[in-house]
Amino acid sequence: MGNGTELGRVRALGSAHSGAHHWLLQRYTAIGNLFAGLFLLFSLILTTDFSFKAIHDWLHAPLPALIAGLFVISTFWHARLGLQVLAEDYVKDNANKFAVIAALNLSTFAGAAFGLLSVARIALGGA
Amino acid sequence: MAQIEAKPAARPLSPHLSIWRWGPAMFVSILHRVTGDGMALVGLPVLLWWLYAVAAGPVPYAIFAGHAGAWYGKLVLIGLTYAFLSHMASGLRHFVLDTGAGYELKNNALWSILTPVLALSATVAVWVFILLR
Ligand code: HEM
Ligand code: HEM
Repeated sequence: MGNGTELGRVRALGSAHSGAHHWLLQRYTAIGNLFAGLFLLFSLILTTDFSFKAIHDWLHAPLPALIAGLFVISTFWHARLGLQVLAEDYVKDNANKFAVIAALNLSTFAGAAFGLLSVARIALGGA
Repeated sequence: MAQIEAKPAARPLSPHLSIWRWGPAMFVSILHRVTGDGMALVGLPVLLWWLYAVAAGPVPYAIFAGHAGAWYGKLVLIGLTYAFLSHMASGLRHFVLDTGAGYELKNNALWSILTPVLALSATVAVWVFILLR
């Protein structure tokens, strides 16, 4: 292992063994987004109208509520992975990169929890 | 994230967007990132606001619907519809490329152009359906 160029210093170290996992999870969650997103899109535009009652009744039913919950989990997870790549590409300074990814983790988990709580209120609350 | 300690002397970086001749594959790659990050940063907050409004009752829902139904709200929703369908199309293209297929120059350029165009037609279809029903 040399100590000149960046390439020279990492040659022969092998991979970090976490990139493939990130890449695969991006794909698994993409498949979740695909099916849940298309279901919600079609199901939503086929509701009678966009009034409060129509939308609440729709999301109160078991299947749309389940898919909406899965969509929240899948999209926030996928977005967390995707935005991390964005930060890794464009935030050069290591300390800033750490801060951005930490904030990203906290906000995507918070967003997903808030979304699931809202779906639960709709699904379990009075019709 | 394996970080390397002790930075070497600053070295020249290769130029980025400024030097490459634009081509379809570059365009669809950037579009995939713009639509993905756009949905993550704008779409997910809108999704949360909507779910919250439906959970919280008719009054918060009316506030949401007032903004969503206004011209600027419709613009955002149409943009998000296009972002979803376009990112979906270029994401499906990723799945094909992941198998090692679709790198022949002509074929690659064809699908690079077809994905955003198909998404545009689908977006028009969805919104014509919504606005006419
Ligand atoms: C419709 C189904 C979807 C499919 C098939 C899909 C597919 C993909 C794929 C394959 C990647 C990885 C691209 C690469 O490795 O370079 C990706 C990246 C990404 N996706 Fe999705 N996705 C979908 C929905 C979504 C949604 C709903 C969001 C927003 C919440 C989103 C946000 C992102 C982001 C932020 C990235 C990272 C972009 C980048 O760094 O270039 N995706 N998507
Ligand atoms: C709207 C503006 C831009 C978009 C959409 C964009 C798009 C992209 C994409 C899609 C990648 C990922 C390439 C890959 O997966 O290997 C990337 C990487 C990168 N971009 Fe940009 N870019 C933009 C502007 C810029 C600017 C202005 C700079 C610098 C002045 C820049 C510097 C970089 C660097 C350093 C990388 C990482 C390259 C690598 O690690 O291989 N980008 N960009």
